[in-house]
Amino acid sequence: MSVVSLTLVHAKYSLIETSRIPIAIIGSVVFPALALLFFVVPQRSVADNPQFATQAIISMSVFAVMVGSLFSFGLGIAENREKPWEPYLRTLPAPGIARVLAHIFSTGLMSIVSLLPIILIGALLTSAEVAPVRVLIGLGAIAVASLPFMLLGMAIGYALPMKAAIAVIQVTFFALAFGGGLFLPPQLFPDWLNAISQFLPSRQARDFVIWAVQGGDLQPLTWLGLVGWTIVLLALVLLLFRRDEGRRYR
Amino acid sequence: MTTLASLDRVTRTFGSVTAVDDVSLDITEGEMLGLLGPNGAGKTTVISLLQGRRRPTTGTVTLFGGSPADVASRRYLGSTPQETALPDTLRVGEVIDFVGAHFAERRATAGLAEEFGVAEFLKRQVGSLSGGQKRRLSVALAFVGNPRLVLLDEPTTGLDVDARHALWAVLRRQHELGTTVVVTSHYLEEIEALAQRVVVMAGGRVVADDSLTGILGRAGQRIVRLRSDEPDRVAALPGVTRREADSYVVHDSDAFLIELVRSGIGFHDLTVRGASLEEAFLSLTESAALEGAR
Repeated sequence: MSVVSLTLVHAKYSLIETSRIPIAIIGSVVFPALALLFFVVPQRSVADNPQFATQAIISMSVFAVMVGSLFSFGLGIAENREKPWEPYLRTLPAPGIARVLAHIFSTGLMSIVSLLPIILIGALLTSAEVAPVRVLIGLGAIAVASLPFMLLGMAIGYALPMKAAIAVIQVTFFALAFGGGLFLPPQLFPDWLNAISQFLPSRQARDFVIWAVQGGDLQPLTWLGLVGWTIVLLALVLLLFRRDEGRRYR
Repeated sequence: MTTLASLDRVTRTFGSVTAVDDVSLDITEGEMLGLLGPNGAGKTTVISLLQGRRRPTTGTVTLFGGSPADVASRRYLGSTPQETALPDTLRVGEVIDFVGAHFAERRATAGLAEEFGVAEFLKRQVGSLSGGQKRRLSVALAFVGNPRLVLLDEPTTGLDVDARHALWAVLRRQHELGTTVVVTSHYLEEIEALAQRVVVMAGGRVVADDSLTGILGRAGQRIVRLRSDEPDRVAALPGVTRREADSYVVHDSDAFLIELVRSGIGFHDLTVRGASLEEAFLSLTESAALEGAR
């Protein structure tokens, strides 16, 4: 059986499982929409400026995808490793890369769904202006830019037991969100923070999507960084997957 | 005879616990091998090593000529999840199709479900099945890929007598059709019903590896319990392999009683019973230790 067909099989049944309990994805759909409503919409200086509003919505979208990726991948995998179905799946002839890609497709699709309320709120309640085709390009860019977060979530999920994973994910997403300029725009950062920020995948994802939607210059560090994070984290996930033997007790 | 899988001087430790201790074992094509032992003997660890789920601490595990950790080695391997492992929200038919999608020559869902007695539940979500129904589905999953080697870890746990006998019949039929089967159990009865060759494990070691008749002969001991003023003389009688307080382990209780009466040793409160599997294991372990010391 080819990697592609096994990837699709695992993604399909993962989506079926999710669709049977649809309320489970409410967190990743509602949380970023609420953040946009509370933090961006009331600040009229941002919301009434088309350029700032668009960037704020993009930041929130990257935030939504990042939170969704870290939590659903990290917690989902850590939880599954503590259940006996995952060890059984490992006895089937499916390579690690098929399992990893299936996770990315199925859970990644859910993160894209969580962007719809953000785009809707942004279009209705702020003065953000983007051509529809640019929105589609932006969604494509977000899908690409979210790869490091999905892989980071998976690495945490395979490396840690569930309770430890929750704590690590909370710290990680907060640091990445602030450090990457997703809450406060990087224009307000002091120089030293801005310098560090440019190496974070969250900042790179934000700048990459802004470039895709609004045009302008793309710093080499931005796309090189995204490619680099993706390669390093993919290698780490595959290593951790191979090494994993389920939950270990001492 | 082709060797499908083997363990070569395999040891696996978990922290300070040695679950499998220097085990060597060959699984030959066409056999029905029973892996018998009490809880904690290392049976499940042996299975998980063969499945590639765990790696040996030392030694080599081979599956179809390769490492079980490689995907290609597992193409002709069938295994069973614990019945609590099945994903509750998927339907029975979906679980069979999901697992079947991993194999090149998979069996049709309907025929497999019919054979293992889950045909009427195909449209139901797994979470709505009873424990016994889940168990049958779990065992069916091991056969969906037309495997050459099937590893069954305590396949009939939680089944009532009828369901257990029905499942044994299915397993024997699959074996007659050419599938090599390894089945673990802590029930001697189950191993008797299924296995031709029996490997007994205790404390992580293989303490016996023999045909079913050979094992039954060695395990078929009697416990004679009696009170006597001269217990040391009783223990010294021919045929006594072990003594524990007022209990004497013997192979042939009839011959022992004749010797006891002939010896003229006074005794009272006599009872004779068959050795439990635990006691049989214990004597096998002790004789293994004795042979090791020689």
